[in-house]
Amino acid sequence: MSVLLNVNQMTHFFGGLRAVHNYHLTIGSGQIIGLIGPNGAGKTTIFNLITGVYTPTEGSITLENENIKGLETNEIAARGLGRTFQNLALWRHMNVLDHIKMAHYSQLSYGLIGAFFNTRKCRQQESEIEENAYRLLELFDIKEHADQLVTNLPYGAQRRVEMARALATRPKILFLDEPTAGMTPDELVQMIKIIRQVHRDFKVAIFLIEHRMKFVMELSEHIQTLVFGEIIAQGPPEEIQNNPEVIEAYLGKEDLA
Amino acid sequence: MELSRKFKNTFANVPMLGWLLGCLIAVLIEHYWGYDYISYYLGLPKIPVLFGALVVLKEPMMIPGVIAYDLLVYVIPIFLVAKLTVFITNPVALMLEKKPLWLSTVLHLLFFYGILHLWSGINDYRELVVKLTLISIILTVSINVINGYQGEFSCSHPGFMALGAYVSSVLTLYFFADDKIFGPAVLSPALGPWLFPFALLAGGISAALGSLLVAIPSFRTRGDYLAIISLAFMFIVKSAIENLDVIGGARGIGGQPDYAPLPVIFIWTMLSIWIIHNFVTSTMGKALNAVRDDEAASESMTVKTRKTKIIAFMFGAFWAGIAGGLFAHVITYINPDMFSINRLAEILAMVYFGGLNSIIGSIVGAVSINLLGEALRPLELFKWIIIPLILIFVMIFRPYGLISFKEINAKELLRSKHKPEQGI
Repeated sequence: MSVLLNVNQMTHFFGGLRAVHNYHLTIGSGQIIGLIGPNGAGKTTIFNLITGVYTPTEGSITLENENIKGLETNEIAARGLGRTFQNLALWRHMNVLDHIKMAHYSQLSYGLIGAFFNTRKCRQQESEIEENAYRLLELFDIKEHADQLVTNLPYGAQRRVEMARALATRPKILFLDEPTAGMTPDELVQMIKIIRQVHRDFKVAIFLIEHRMKFVMELSEHIQTLVFGEIIAQGPPEEIQNNPEVIEAYLGKEDLA
Repeated sequence: MELSRKFKNTFANVPMLGWLLGCLIAVLIEHYWGYDYISYYLGLPKIPVLFGALVVLKEPMMIPGVIAYDLLVYVIPIFLVAKLTVFITNPVALMLEKKPLWLSTVLHLLFFYGILHLWSGINDYRELVVKLTLISIILTVSINVINGYQGEFSCSHPGFMALGAYVSSVLTLYFFADDKIFGPAVLSPALGPWLFPFALLAGGISAALGSLLVAIPSFRTRGDYLAIISLAFMFIVKSAIENLDVIGGARGIGGQPDYAPLPVIFIWTMLSIWIIHNFVTSTMGKALNAVRDDEAASESMTVKTRKTKIIAFMFGAFWAGIAGGLFAHVITYINPDMFSINRLAEILAMVYFGGLNSIIGSIVGAVSINLLGEALRPLELFKWIIIPLILIFVMIFRPYGLISFKEINAKELLRSKHKPEQGI
């Protein structure tokens, strides 16, 4: 197992507030790692720090042994960090097909002139990415919605569009920010299946924020628990499940019985 | 309702070619008999210039005559010919369908240009209106790139236009005209019309470079703040020109050679529509929409948002510069006051009336506001009360404009219509 992503001693301050403290993470190829923690623990901040939305105050981030700290988000994304968002971040005036095509942006090479004059190269690439986009849509079972606006889709389907879009950037690691938020139990089961399938077929590593213990326990092989920006426990799911500190953080002390 | 459905059904099998043929016949009728017979017997002093739009407010007594004229010359021949010639136009359209799309489009455009040429040849006023309308189309489509597709609220379009107008005017005056500011022509004036495109391109490029001053602040701000910055840019350009005596200052410069006859403007307009259409329908161009709808998501999906914003501004500004250059060579006189808040109001009215995020909407907006502007000319300043009122109503009923979020589909537009579709 080769190491893909390595985050070392990452600390971040928002003004005077220490949001993340001394955070470590190693993701190897093909791993599924879960990040849990109560609301406001800094889980999404960690996502944003690694994907370059914010630059961490201290610490180092390397992807395949190359530094990615301080790069722009789009560069980091193009190097292989795909992500989804906690509250869906879809483009509301765009149809589903265009969403997936857009995520191929970094793979386009026809340039502006190609786009202006609709050159042969441009047409060829456009049809290539369209083909690829349809493949992804079919895999996620949203092909019939291809030319609909995303806002007209049911919530579960929107989630799947987001995941398909993230995969279209050809990520090495997929960051999923609460993929089951607001889902019904049925959709939840489907989502577990989808994530398993994605993990298997696309050979991506997955880093996942989740609130639902059952979900995260079932999927991850390694879990980190974050409280107030610090890791209080990490290890395989069974260990985390029975860790008194974790239970305390989630349920409070009195309920420990 | 029933009637309009029947009406639609009757004409559902008429291809674009049929409508063009109808227009051609109408224009020919006007050309040969319009003045001598039709308007004479209807008691009109001359051929109504813009379908009688000007007469309505000036001399209401002539309204019946004008309506009769429009019916006789335009409405009846167009519909009649369109319907009666389907047996020939549909097979021809089908034949063209088998040819490459570009060929068929070019042929249709040539046909359309012929009609436009004949129609505008009736008098100089018509020709000027057509020219200015075509230039407005370039302006509207190009501002749509920034305000519609990219979703910024940029008010600097007149500034970009001024840059293009002045740069290209100075170039043509310096090289091809004997001018009191720039001295005698450097090159032979005979070369002028051939090198004019380069002067226009230079104007467009300088407008694009100027737009960087607005594009760079747009990295960090949008909405109201960017609107103020872009408005400031427009005034900076205006006062800079006013204070540059080398290029005429507030008096402006005139005497540009007339290098912009109708065909030249038509070609540039079609070129701008074609290129902008290609761009906004490519994935690279749709990145503009992505950045508009959600910048953070676009970044995470590998879209270079800064580059995209710069491209949107430079591209829009480039075409505004081209439009400005053409404008200068149509009017053959420009002064800084032409590129001020009034022009801005006009451009914004056209783009928001016609529809955001749509080229066809922009064309509709430019044409209708221009014709409306001409029709309401007798009201003088009151036209700036009526046009905004119309705009307000459009905004209430269609917040994104008349035709928004729709792209031209040339293939669909030009195809033959043998079998009328059911249930339309």
